[in-house]
Amino acid sequence: MASPETDRKAGAGGSICRPPTAADRLADRVFRGLTCAFAWLTLLLIGYIVWRIGGTALPAMKRLGIGFLTGTTWDPNQQKYGILPEIWGTLYSSLLALSIGGFFGVAIAIFLSEDFLPDRIRVVLKATVELLAAIPSVVYGLWGIYILIPMIRPLANWLHVHLGWLPFFSTSLTGPGMFPAALVLSIMILPTVAAISQDALGAIPARTREAAFGLGATRWETILRVLLPTASRGIFSALVLGFGRALGETMALAMLIGNSNRLTLSLFSPADTLAALLALNFPEASNLEVGVLMYAAVILLTITLLVNIAGEMIISFSARPGGGRS
Amino acid sequence: MKCSPLVRTAIIVLALTLAGGSTAIAGSLRITGSGASFPFPIYSTWFKIYSRAHKGVIIDYQSKGSGAGIRDFINHTVDFAASDAAMNDSEIAQVKEGVQLLPMIAGEIVLSYNLEGVPELRLPREVYPAIFLGKITRWNDPAIVKANPGVTMPDLPITVVRRADSSGTTFVFTTHLSAISPAWKNGPGIGKTVNWPSSSRLVAAPKNDGVAATIRQTPGAIGYIEYGFAKMAKLPMVLLQNRAGRYIRPSIKSGQAALAHARIPADMRVWLPDPEGDDSYPIVTYTWMLFYKNYKDERKAEILRDLVRFCLHDGQKLADRLGYIPLPANVVKVVEKASQNIH
Repeated sequence: MASPETDRKAGAGGSICRPPTAADRLADRVFRGLTCAFAWLTLLLIGYIVWRIGGTALPAMKRLGIGFLTGTTWDPNQQKYGILPEIWGTLYSSLLALSIGGFFGVAIAIFLSEDFLPDRIRVVLKATVELLAAIPSVVYGLWGIYILIPMIRPLANWLHVHLGWLPFFSTSLTGPGMFPAALVLSIMILPTVAAISQDALGAIPARTREAAFGLGATRWETILRVLLPTASRGIFSALVLGFGRALGETMALAMLIGNSNRLTLSLFSPADTLAALLALNFPEASNLEVGVLMYAAVILLTITLLVNIAGEMIISFSARPGGGRS
Repeated sequence: MKCSPLVRTAIIVLALTLAGGSTAIAGSLRITGSGASFPFPIYSTWFKIYSRAHKGVIIDYQSKGSGAGIRDFINHTVDFAASDAAMNDSEIAQVKEGVQLLPMIAGEIVLSYNLEGVPELRLPREVYPAIFLGKITRWNDPAIVKANPGVTMPDLPITVVRRADSSGTTFVFTTHLSAISPAWKNGPGIGKTVNWPSSSRLVAAPKNDGVAATIRQTPGAIGYIEYGFAKMAKLPMVLLQNRAGRYIRPSIKSGQAALAHARIPADMRVWLPDPEGDDSYPIVTYTWMLFYKNYKDERKAEILRDLVRFCLHDGQKLADRLGYIPLPANVVKVVEKASQNIH
């Protein structure tokens, strides 16, 4: 005997399957059109930015040519411009930040996604790590100047005195320099790396984990041999995103890196980055110098693009279906 | 006749706007300016007071930097601009209405340092350019010790802090160094950014506050900043040896003594790279506002003239408190006369 409820359902159409109405079709089409338009708009926007920056940079590109990339002086008085130290500083600081921030970020992600902790504490910790992303860049810079640098100065100078023969410690730390800048940068990319890696680890089906335990793997073995390789694709994207963020970071670096165009391996020497160079020189630049700065911006864009492409390629090259190692 | 409040207000506003062309009080007028960041604290105070006293006049000033201000001024996106380095001839040539430069206030650049147990430091004329060139690298260098009898100079390396961003402050400072040191003139030279000597003991920080913070946090540091910032940050300031050979403490008085020795030329561009006088502090500079000689809107020109008058008289009284040097009386007279060229 049919209940009143099923009766009502039957009266409304008999079945939950029905052909889409005209309104459904319209909504569907509009939605598809909108997403398509927005996707293209993003491309157009980037194209427009590149076109405008490239257009302004063109005179400087013609005049300075490829020597701009290998020159090491920045002297507006003599119209001599070179950004090799800045390119080096950008890559060096970002790589340092990535190796520190990446390691801790993935470690935090593992700690928070495997049930090491009661849920309530985990939520608080997770929110705290994500809160790091909300701190303004300039606050990081000030924190670096007033707290971090005085804190690491004794250690840095001890390293310089005792291990000064290593090129990494060949100068003493005066104040601003590569090391404090890279440390702060690594904290800034930490939330990006941690959050995305955590999602990647969380997306692994519980059955994978259970299967590993079932085969007699210890927790340590499960994490290192099963979970990390399975999530490797997501973790790698997290690292690429973190690296991209590090390349473009400006204000905190401008305050901490010392802004001196030196080409050195030393961690305690002042250095410079492209983003800081752009931000600091733009406001007072004459028309000619604006072109030169735009040229530097084109180089920064290119570096970021190359990093992303390389990241994509490594991901698609290394990842197999299922992502595991053979 | 019935009239909703909205419509009534609209009519009143319309009437006032129409009347605005003939009377100077009605309607609101927005004046925009941009440029130098060094005088921003005092300019913004002036403009706030002026706007409050004159209903309907709103003055917006953005401190973007002198270079950006000049660019805006040439592109006619602002009504006036401000610059620490005045304007050069080729820039002036690009403004077809004509340009009236007016020095509005002056400032000093001081050397601040961080040395424990050295409350007063004297640096001779041949020493401080050498420090910034990286030739003198330790605080107990004989040349520094000799100038500071009775003071034990610590055995510390000197860390030079400079401005990282290109700025009028660097321009004024390097102008002075070039005037007193041939080695500097033939080396880095004059500019808003120059090619500084490369050394791991030379660091750069953005803006005056960045330099002040870095000096404060780095033992053995020395750097150049605006007098107002050093005063605000309570940083010790070096007594510099002036042209007459005397060591002068930076102050409003010693700054005004230096300004008194400059004669203002007709185009108002006056530089004091190395002022004369026994009591003159050696690094002082004017900072300028840039106006067009002809404005389309007669009322705007009138308000700008009035604004200049206000800044030159009541405005100068605020200079001391904010760490600037008020213009000497004879300069005020010359500038006020020149402001009549704004039409």
